[in-house]
Amino acid sequence: MTDQPEHSVPSERRTLRVVHLYPSLMNLYGDRGNIIALRRRCEPRGVDLVVQDVGIGDEWDPESTDIVFIGGGQDREQRRIHQDLIGRGPALRSYRDDDGVILAVCGGYQLFGQSYRDMAGEVLGGVGVFDMRSVHLAAEQERCVGNVVVLWEGETLVGFENHGGRTYLDEQAEPLASVISGFGNNGGDGSEGCRVGNAFGTYLHGALLPKNPHFADRLIQLALQQRYGEGVLAPLDDALEARAHAEALHVGLNR
Amino acid sequence: MKPRTHAAVVVGKLARSATRSFGRGGTAIPGLVAERFDPDVVRSLAAPLESVVLVTGTNGKTTTARMLADILRADGRPVVHNRAGSNLMRGIAASLLEAVGPLGRLPRDSVAVFETDEATIPEAAAAHPPRALVITNLMRDQLDRYGEIEAVRERWVAAIQRLERGTVLVLNADDPSVATLAEVAPGPVVLYGIEDALAALPLGSDEPQVADALWDPQSGVDFLYDRRFYAHLGHWQSPGVGRRRPRPDVRGVGIDLDRDGVCFGIDCGSHSVDGVDAHYSARLSLPGLYNVYNALAAFTAARVLEVAPDLAAAMLGATQAAFGRGEELVLDGHPVRILLGKNPAGMNEALRTLRPAGPQGAAPLHLLVLLNDDIADGTDISWIWDTDWESLAPHVASVVVGGSRTADMALRLGYAGFPEPCLAADDEHNIDAALRVAVEALPPGEGLVVLPTYSALLEVRGRLAQWAGLRGIGDGA
Repeated sequence: MTDQPEHSVPSERRTLRVVHLYPSLMNLYGDRGNIIALRRRCEPRGVDLVVQDVGIGDEWDPESTDIVFIGGGQDREQRRIHQDLIGRGPALRSYRDDDGVILAVCGGYQLFGQSYRDMAGEVLGGVGVFDMRSVHLAAEQERCVGNVVVLWEGETLVGFENHGGRTYLDEQAEPLASVISGFGNNGGDGSEGCRVGNAFGTYLHGALLPKNPHFADRLIQLALQQRYGEGVLAPLDDALEARAHAEALHVGLNR
Repeated sequence: MKPRTHAAVVVGKLARSATRSFGRGGTAIPGLVAERFDPDVVRSLAAPLESVVLVTGTNGKTTTARMLADILRADGRPVVHNRAGSNLMRGIAASLLEAVGPLGRLPRDSVAVFETDEATIPEAAAAHPPRALVITNLMRDQLDRYGEIEAVRERWVAAIQRLERGTVLVLNADDPSVATLAEVAPGPVVLYGIEDALAALPLGSDEPQVADALWDPQSGVDFLYDRRFYAHLGHWQSPGVGRRRPRPDVRGVGIDLDRDGVCFGIDCGSHSVDGVDAHYSARLSLPGLYNVYNALAAFTAARVLEVAPDLAAAMLGATQAAFGRGEELVLDGHPVRILLGKNPAGMNEALRTLRPAGPQGAAPLHLLVLLNDDIADGTDISWIWDTDWESLAPHVASVVVGGSRTADMALRLGYAGFPEPCLAADDEHNIDAALRVAVEALPPGEGLVVLPTYSALLEVRGRLAQWAGLRGIGDGA
């Protein structure tokens, strides 16, 4: 799905290092699939993917990190990791400012904003990677649940969303995509996700990357660009990925 | 009986004969119709029941309820049971309508075993005070419906707090989310669990196991496990807090698993049910450690209803696989086994029963994997990415994929290292076609394993039933 420039692909093996934040706590909706997809799309292209699981209290080194990934979790799990995550705020923000690649999905996306008010009404400060605020209005409003299709840079992204919280971007913040069908950030303003530099936040799980290979490749390209100065990727046979994308598109537009 | 209830019985029974003459599905329709005439039909019809047992939990409800119903029948009691697994109020109503005579009366001394949807427990418990409430486990499942796992537990807590003091809670000691429900019980609690160290996962094993309760929400620290059996089930303790797995009253020991069944022992004693230590032997014709949990739950509930323990243990072996839960049939000379998989923990355990136990290895598997995303399946299919398909990949010879999310499933299996999957065409006969392709490609005499989600199970089993001349679903399969 991605147009490949005609440049030659480097022949020596390269390495990308992924930091997977709280894999045992923030993993509610198949988020592991994103790591599996990154590996599947890196290895045939001569890129070794090294994944470091970072749990509460574990160290990580932004210098040697190429992609930071965080998945979704329940309110309960979000509260559990909250303090530890906040402690990582300065490092994560400066990693973002250095154009480090970040993918934050669902609950992780919410906590990467400025603040999150959970179902109990408790306001949790966020790590401030994205200029947005999320509010969980459980008592008053239905959860945003269902298949979702969004438009991202002229192409579709497909997935599933399931969030009690609604996210509102600050005025200067840039959404990742616009909603074609589904709720997106808040079911009101048509925006989905948030992007700043090479940091991407989104409500789409499914998992997101396997059936959106063009988006997965973008993350890999950006990471290679940062580490090696160029991010040319050899094309892969994406027939099955394309079919899964089309199937989810069909489901998303017809239900 | 109120005239309204009587009317509900009459139309409900009519609806039942009508749906039966169509021959397929629709087990809850009579209940749905009867509820229209009398919204309290369950309360009214269940009123004379001597004992009602409600069985709920993420995995194992259907099989546990079936085992318990088989034990009670063997004990000579007339049993009302929603055997076909229709587990909302309308399904419970339908099973009562089936059991009552034309005047709405149940046979004398009837007892009821109701498999009950997790979210339906408050309503079911309010309709008739249960003698026992059995809770098997709590895991991620149908999150598009429940939102978060914790929301299910909160419902249970609210329902338990409203129980009468006479209701006995039967809880899985090995699931911290379930065992700790004892803290809010107004009445007695009886616990079951597995003791056998040999049945545990190797500690610190690399096997990625999806788990939903690995830490204590009260203290915010991770549970320590002496033994872990699957997902988050095991011998847990909360360091520094003093909360730990309570010693179960009914304990599974000496577990010997093979592909076709399980032999194990049941120890019970020094507790409210027995008063004496005792040991019983059981043999299940169902495979997998999760069926040992189901058997222990059924045995414990049977003890609450005062069934003799040796009879209860012996009858565990009589239970055949519930509809699509390890059920086996023969088609054109090929053994076909159907294993329902609807959430990652359940599917992981189903996959575990397919892996050869020893290093010798068994014959490579031919699989038919069917993924639907109807409401009954859960419209969110992301759980397939939480399931450890990788663990099965080395044992698979061929795989056919079907269902409304064929491509997503095929992609998942491809990424897990399966042989190149054969995809069923994308049309409304997709599952039928997938089944044909899978069966026709089988080498002579070799077996097929079907792994369907819930609605795919209904479809594929209906097709197989026609093909192999089995009884229909409406007959309780």
